[in-house]
Amino acid sequence: MKFYIPPQIPRLALVFGIVISLFLLARHFLIPDTFGKYGPYRAAAMDDYTQLEIHYSGQQACFECHQDVEDLKATDVHSGIHCETCHGPGQKHVLSGEAADILKPSDREFCGSCHSLNAARQQDAIFQVDLKEHNVEKECIDCHNSHQPWEMKE
Amino acid sequence: MGNEGIKSSRRKFVKSAATLAGATMGYAWLKSSHFLLYGAEPEDLSLPWYGIGIDIEKCIGCGNCAKSCKKENDVPLEPFFFRNWVEQYTVKNDGSVDIVSPNGGIDGFVQRVPDEDIFKSFFVAKMCNHCAKSPCEQVCPVGATFLSPEGVVLIDEKYCIGCRYCVQACPYGCRFIHPVKKVANKCTLCYHRLKKDLAPACMEVCPTGARIYGNLRDKESDLVKYLKEHTTQVLRPNLNTGAKLYYNALSSETR
Amino acid sequence: METYQHLYEILANSQGYIFPNEIDLQWGILIVVYPFITGLVAGAFILASLERVFKVRILKPTYQIALLTALAFLLVATMPLISHLAKPQRAYEIMITPHLSSAMAIFGFVYLWYLMVVLLLEIWFDYRHSMVVWAGEKKGFMRWVYRVLTLGVNDISPRAISWDRKLGHIITIVGIPSAFILHGYVGFIFGSLKANPWWSSPLIPIIFLFSAMVSGIALVMLVYMVISYIRKKVVDVNVLDTIGKYLFFILILDFTLESLDQVHRIYEAEESFEIIQLLVSGKLYLTLFISQGLIGTIIPLITLAFLQFYKRKIRLRKSIYFIVSILVLIGVYSMRWNVVIGGQLFSKSFSGFTEFKVGLIGLDGTLMAAFWLLLPIGILAFLLWLLPPWKMVPEEE
Repeated sequence: MKFYIPPQIPRLALVFGIVISLFLLARHFLIPDTFGKYGPYRAAAMDDYTQLEIHYSGQQACFECHQDVEDLKATDVHSGIHCETCHGPGQKHVLSGEAADILKPSDREFCGSCHSLNAARQQDAIFQVDLKEHNVEKECIDCHNSHQPWEMKE
Repeated sequence: MGNEGIKSSRRKFVKSAATLAGATMGYAWLKSSHFLLYGAEPEDLSLPWYGIGIDIEKCIGCGNCAKSCKKENDVPLEPFFFRNWVEQYTVKNDGSVDIVSPNGGIDGFVQRVPDEDIFKSFFVAKMCNHCAKSPCEQVCPVGATFLSPEGVVLIDEKYCIGCRYCVQACPYGCRFIHPVKKVANKCTLCYHRLKKDLAPACMEVCPTGARIYGNLRDKESDLVKYLKEHTTQVLRPNLNTGAKLYYNALSSETR
Repeated sequence: METYQHLYEILANSQGYIFPNEIDLQWGILIVVYPFITGLVAGAFILASLERVFKVRILKPTYQIALLTALAFLLVATMPLISHLAKPQRAYEIMITPHLSSAMAIFGFVYLWYLMVVLLLEIWFDYRHSMVVWAGEKKGFMRWVYRVLTLGVNDISPRAISWDRKLGHIITIVGIPSAFILHGYVGFIFGSLKANPWWSSPLIPIIFLFSAMVSGIALVMLVYMVISYIRKKVVDVNVLDTIGKYLFFILILDFTLESLDQVHRIYEAEESFEIIQLLVSGKLYLTLFISQGLIGTIIPLITLAFLQFYKRKIRLRKSIYFIVSILVLIGVYSMRWNVVIGGQLFSKSFSGFTEFKVGLIGLDGTLMAAFWLLLPIGILAFLLWLLPPWKMVPEEE
C-alpha cells in the first residue's frame, strides 16, 4: 500500500537538517578547549589568574633584607601590622631594591587615617588622637618611631 | 524508464548526503556536549574551601583594604568601581541612620555627625561574599562566571560578553563592568595570590586583623576558630545565597 | 576624564546611600526596547492564531498582516540585545555554550525555534500556493526569488494544498505556547532575580505576557488601519470592533494583574517597601501613573468600554480605535520602562537613589533604540511588497 507523504515534509526535513548540521559544525570549532572540564566554564580561566602580576609581596619578603626593622617592630604595639600596610605595594622594591620604588609616608594625615578621632572607631580597637589638638606643628614621626611608637625620640 | 533511473540515482545521492550529514551531526554533538555531564564530577575534598571573616569590632575604617585592592588588581581609581569598599554607619539619637562611603572609604573617613547626636557608629567593610549558591553564577548566560573548585567565585575575562545580568543578580552590589576591559569584574579573593600561598591584598594590609580568610574545611584554621569563638552573621541570609563572608558584631542597621 | 564626566554628574545627583558600584544603570533604554519588541511579536502572533485556531473568521483580513508584522519585528528583536552587550563580538557564545541555569541562555534557542519552526514555517505554509503561482507569473530575478522561497515544493494539487493547511494548523497550535515562552522568558529574567524586589515576583512573567498581548493586538489594529489607508481601501469596521473587543478584555486582565502585583506589595510591605514607595511617588510618578496608568490603561479602558455598549458613527469609531491603539502602545512601552529602569533607580541598599542619564549617541543610546524600533517598519513594508496578502490565491472553502 502506497503511503502518501506530503511533498512539504521531506523538503523541510532536509532544510532543517542542513541548518542544524551547520550549526553543530560551527559549534564544534568555536567551543573553547578546556570548556566543561570541571563545570560549565572554561577551566583555563583559572590558569589565566595565575599569570597575573602581584604588587604586594607580603612582609616575609621585606624581612629578608630588613631584619632590624622586623626585630624592632616585634617589640611594640605595631607588631601585628604588616609592612605594606603603611609602605604600600612592595613587589617593585623587592625586585629592584631601589628606595624610590616604595612609599615612606611621613605626614600627620597618613597616621591619622588610622589614629584620628572618630566615633565609629571602638576604643579598644585602636588608640585615637585628636589631631586638631595634639602637637599640631609637628609631624607624628618627629616624636614617634613608626616601628616602635611608644619609644619617644625626645 | 530513463526517468526512473534518474530518480533512483537522485534518491541514492540524497540518501548518502543525509547519512553523511547525520554522522557529522552526531559526532559534533557528542564531542561538544560532554560538559553537560559536569554534574557527575565529584568534589575534590583535598582542596581548600575558602571563606572570609570580617570582625566589625576591630574595623577602624582606615580604608587600607579598599586602597590596596585597587592597587593590586588593576581597578580604575575613579570612585565608581570597587571590588571592596568600607561603609560608615551612624545611628543618630533620633533613630535615623546615616550611611556613607566616600570614594569607597579609600581616603578614610571624617566624622560628619557631632558626638552628642550619635547613638552608635561603626564601620562595615564590604566585598564579594563568594557565595556557595551564588546567584551571579546562576544567571550568567555563557558560563563566564563560575565557582572554582576552591570555592572562589571567579570571572573568565576572555569569555564574558558583558550582558550585565550578573551585576543585576548580585544582592550585595559587589560587581561592576570594568570600564576599560568591558567585562564583568569583582573581588576574586586575590585568587592569583592564593595560588602562590600569599594572602589577599586586603587581608595583608589590614592593621587591626579585622579581615581574615581561610579554609573552612580545616578545623585548625584561623577562620574556623573565629567562627567558633564569635557570633557571626552573613548579609541577606533570607536570600539563601550561601554567602561565605561571616561578620562578627553585625548590627541590624547594616544594609 | 571625559569618559567619566557623566558618572561624576550622576554621583552628585544621587540621593541617600547607594552602593558605590551602583552609580551607573546597567540595563538602559535598549533593554526597554527589547521586551517591547518581543511583546509585539508575541501579541501579533496570538491575534493571528485567534483567526486560525479559534476560527474567528472576521479577523481574516488581518491574519497575514499580523504574521508579517510579527516576522518584521522578530527579525530585529536580537539587535537591541547585541548592541547593548559590552562585548558584542562575543555574542555567539550564548549559542555554543548556553549556561543552562540562566534564563538568558535559552534566548538563542527559543528565538531560533520561534523564528524557524513557528513563524517562518507558518508563513511558508500559508503563502506556498501563492508563491508557486507567482513564480510562474513573474519573469527574471523575481521569478528566481519566488522559486527559492517555495523551497522547490511546486506541487499545488488539492491534496498538497490541504496538507499546507493541516501542517499550518499544527504549527499555529505549537506556536501559541512558543509565543508564550518567547516573551514569558523575558519576564522570567526579571521575575527570578531575588536581588531586586521591584522585579522579583512570580507575577512578572504573566504581567509581561498580558501586556505583550495588549501591545501586539494594538499594533495589528494600527498597522491594518495604516495599510488600508495607504492602499486607499475601506477599513472594515467589524474587524476593528472584533479586535477592539479582544483588546478590551485582555487590557482588563492586564490591568488586574498589574494592580494585584502592587496591592500585594503594599499589603505585605516587606523590607523594600519604603524605598519602593519613594520610587513610585517620586522618580517613577510620571511614567507610572500618568503614562502607563492614565494614558496607557485607564483612558483606553474607558473608551473601549464605551464602544462596547454604545456603537457610535463608523467614522468616529475608526478614529477612536486609531487613537486608542497608539495610547495603548505608549502605555506598554512605559510599562517596560518602569520595570527595567525603575528597578535600577533605587539602590540594593534600599537607602538611596541614583539617576538615569540616557545618552543620545553610542551603541546603547536613544538614537540606536529609535533605529531598532523603526527598522521593523521598513522591513514590514518590504515584506508586504514581497508577499502581498491581497494578491494571494484565494482560499477554496
